[in-house]
Amino acid sequence: MTPELGQLALILALLLALAQGILPLIGAWRGSRALMAVARPAAAGQAVFVALSFLILVWAFLHFDFSVRYVAENSNLELPWYYRIAATWGAHEGSLLLWILILNLWTVALAIFGRNLPEAFAARVLGVMGLISVGFLSFTLFTSDPFARLLPSPMNGADLNPVLQDPGMTFHPPMLYMGYVGFSVAFAFAIAALLGGSMEPSWVRQARPWTNAAWGFLSCGIVAGSWWAYSELGWGGWWFWDPVENASFMPWLVGTALIHAQAITEKRGSLRAWTILLSIFAFSLSLLGTFLVRSGLLTSVHAFASDPRRGLYILCYLAVVVGGSLLLYALRAPKVMGGKPFAVVSRETAMLIGNLMFTVAAAMVMLGTLFPLIGDALHMGRISVGPPYFGLLFPLLMTPVVLLLPLGPYLRWGKGGSGLLKGVLLRCGIAAVACALVAAFFVHGRPRAIMGVAAAVWVAAGVVLYVIRRWREMPRGRRYPAEMAGMLLAHFGVAVFLIGVLLSESLSVTRDVRMSPGDVQTIGGYQFRFDGIKQTLGPNWHAEQATVVVSRDGKPFTVMHPQKRTYPHDQVQTESAVDPGITRDLYVALGEPMDAGNVHGAWGLRVYYKPFVRWIWGGGLFMMLGGFVAAFDRRFRYRRATATEPAADTTPAAAPREAGA
Amino acid sequence: MTRRWLHALLAAFALAMAAAAAAQAIDPLPFRDHAQEVRFQHLTSQLRCMVCQNETLADSNAGLARDMRHKVFQLMQQGKTDAQIKQYLVDRYSDFVLYDPPVQPDTWLLWFGPFLILAAGGIAVALVVRRRSRARTDMAATQPGTADADDNGDDW
Amino acid sequence: MNRLVPFLAFVLLAGLLGFGIWWNSSHDPTAVPSPLIDKPAPAFALPELDDPAKVVTKASLLGKPYLLNVFASWCYVCGEEHPVLMAEAGQFGVPLIGYNYKDAPADAKAWLSRHGNPYAMVLADRSGQTAMNFGVYGAPETYLIDARGIIRYKRIGPLTPTVIRTQLEPAIAALKKEAP
Repeated sequence: MTPELGQLALILALLLALAQGILPLIGAWRGSRALMAVARPAAAGQAVFVALSFLILVWAFLHFDFSVRYVAENSNLELPWYYRIAATWGAHEGSLLLWILILNLWTVALAIFGRNLPEAFAARVLGVMGLISVGFLSFTLFTSDPFARLLPSPMNGADLNPVLQDPGMTFHPPMLYMGYVGFSVAFAFAIAALLGGSMEPSWVRQARPWTNAAWGFLSCGIVAGSWWAYSELGWGGWWFWDPVENASFMPWLVGTALIHAQAITEKRGSLRAWTILLSIFAFSLSLLGTFLVRSGLLTSVHAFASDPRRGLYILCYLAVVVGGSLLLYALRAPKVMGGKPFAVVSRETAMLIGNLMFTVAAAMVMLGTLFPLIGDALHMGRISVGPPYFGLLFPLLMTPVVLLLPLGPYLRWGKGGSGLLKGVLLRCGIAAVACALVAAFFVHGRPRAIMGVAAAVWVAAGVVLYVIRRWREMPRGRRYPAEMAGMLLAHFGVAVFLIGVLLSESLSVTRDVRMSPGDVQTIGGYQFRFDGIKQTLGPNWHAEQATVVVSRDGKPFTVMHPQKRTYPHDQVQTESAVDPGITRDLYVALGEPMDAGNVHGAWGLRVYYKPFVRWIWGGGLFMMLGGFVAAFDRRFRYRRATATEPAADTTPAAAPREAGA
Repeated sequence: MTRRWLHALLAAFALAMAAAAAAQAIDPLPFRDHAQEVRFQHLTSQLRCMVCQNETLADSNAGLARDMRHKVFQLMQQGKTDAQIKQYLVDRYSDFVLYDPPVQPDTWLLWFGPFLILAAGGIAVALVVRRRSRARTDMAATQPGTADADDNGDDW
Repeated sequence: MNRLVPFLAFVLLAGLLGFGIWWNSSHDPTAVPSPLIDKPAPAFALPELDDPAKVVTKASLLGKPYLLNVFASWCYVCGEEHPVLMAEAGQFGVPLIGYNYKDAPADAKAWLSRHGNPYAMVLADRSGQTAMNFGVYGAPETYLIDARGIIRYKRIGPLTPTVIRTQLEPAIAALKKEAP
């Protein structure tokens, strides 16, 4: 299967994307049904060719086709087959192809499941998706062709960076891209609404499941990346506020604001312009993230190899897409206040405050990430902005959100709280204080741990109280609509996350120790006995492997094997040993022999005791689950009916919405 | 004589190998007590490695990072405060070495910018809420009963 | 009017990013300007590479400007810079002193005999402790120190003919003008 076929497939995909992008938009403008009908077949055709192209690249990796430059640079003969597949997206060109593939997945899903969108609206949405694809396909073909040949082809390739040879590599980028690219759907809906000119918020109901699903995927992708960094990089950290991590966090923050704003606009018809703006922001930040990682603008362990020409290309693309959409917004966003009014104390206000905090947090992360660049521009010398900055401001900004979180279900749309509000405040408060006092005893007064427990209990108590109330008050089958269940799961995830972050940050113990065979170190209440080194072999590496026996109260319960691996081309990679647990992780990383060259003598080891660190990712997974569950609410599901006919299984509250503006 | 050359050669080779295989960030130092170790970890995690510029001094494998960590340790042993240790490094390597940017006129935008944005956004939200709640009371006044009947309760 | 705010903010952002791309193409993104420019060089006492018994101090070098070139046998880029130094060392007008950084003396001497020795003398800093006082964070780096021991210019990265013409020679000329 020659790689040139892959190139040809991309060219054909580009042509179809052009058709999909331009013709339906003209059709919707002119009212030509024939042109509008081009959208779905063009999308299907583009998807077929992109998938073909991707499979050809995977094939080239699986069959060691080192005549393809990208394959030669990212794999070699010893690389196991599963990492060869993952190597497809291990560097710039291939990861772009993955981006395009996923964009096509979402487009096809939209074409299939969006059948009862009004014709012109659907044509516009698919048209916008097509135009986005045009940009990425042309970028790939003109500057980043994954099928470029390397002749004469080498006998063996370079290798995939050892850091990337890890299970995390197989699903972190795909999940992340599912999220990033998924926000393009909300974006396309918003642009279609602006282009169409009619400002009925019924399109928001259609947009919500797509946005919730994208947000769920992005949450999963970020969790996967964090877990992978923790287990692979060797230093026990799970978040570094690295520019590329920030690039994925900014769309997540705005996406969180967006899913809440969409709820308000769908149910109450208000804040239409804000929802449209957030839809544009979320996808713009996804694009910005793509730009930052590939332009060489930021120093990061993550960044792909940079090239100013590529950076300039993406910047122009960004200018057209984001600048164009913001200009369209300025010209056509609804100017008249629509939808239902609301009082000062109301669910809308609480959610607006939440929106504000998330948006400001995203702006803060952007400011901190780009500030070194501002420093260069204003000749202020090189300034570093790192965890001390972000780690201070982010929790500060999130505090109001955490405080408001349990109140959400107890506030009403439009006016005031239900009479239960005060009772809930009291109960959550008492629970939080009581648990904090108990915790204070166990954690010897560490303030962050105590605050973590108080905040988590505050949020969790609110969720649990509401769950109980619904159980008591509603008949079976109507207790937990999927949207509400999703909300409860995600908010509960916040509580779990808070425990994970604050307790692990506050109570972790890290020690660098010098150990000779037979030595025992006690850390975090566990005894670690170092039993020496032996040599081991893997599929494409050899390693020095330590044996560390871990005991508790004198009783051994596990043996850990941290390794120092050497890959081809003398690349050394620390493979830490982790003993996972629900209430704590134990973590050992192997350093260097203390006497150079004497592998049977003393070694340096780093030992960590990390309580509750898994709750960080557990919380993230609850949030992801919440996003997916909410996306599958019956109200959002499509039936083969036109948009004006209310579906039979919608709740009665939906009916007035169709009539209202 | 030959043996001394051999040792020198082996030492040179070991040094070269040590440079090739990254000098590790794992670096047991003779701390006086656990509190001093925690202070060291906290301090080095706020400093930036000049060589691997996307890592903290605590996590970097670079040879220079090891030298800088040892220097930090030495200064701690001499009784210097955190501020003095940071100043020592800033004098030699500039503000770049601090991950915690100092609050000075050229970083005011960084430190106060988010709060300015928050204030601006807060005003915008307050205006929106005020406009909506006015509309609500207007509606309640002109069409009594509709405002209340209009809200969905806690329905979903 | 306030509907245009997001668009205008984006224009600002795009401008910043465009500047970033331009800046990156003409500057080394990892170079950190030295805080010691126009400040006294740190006091030092280092042995000569060829004669460890002889110790060279900052005081002994006062009175005339000189260039200090940080290099090492393990440094790949220094190997690329070296032919430029071999060709141009005589034309600087000030002595070129080598600063051997974190290197085994045997390695350094072998490297110099293989690639040539353009230096008036070579100082050996095996541990790198003195280099930290200079703010050295990699090799090659080059310092221009004036007659009073003040650092006037620092080059991070290799000296190329372009850098020599556009930056080093004007700096040396400025020194000569102060004290002919």
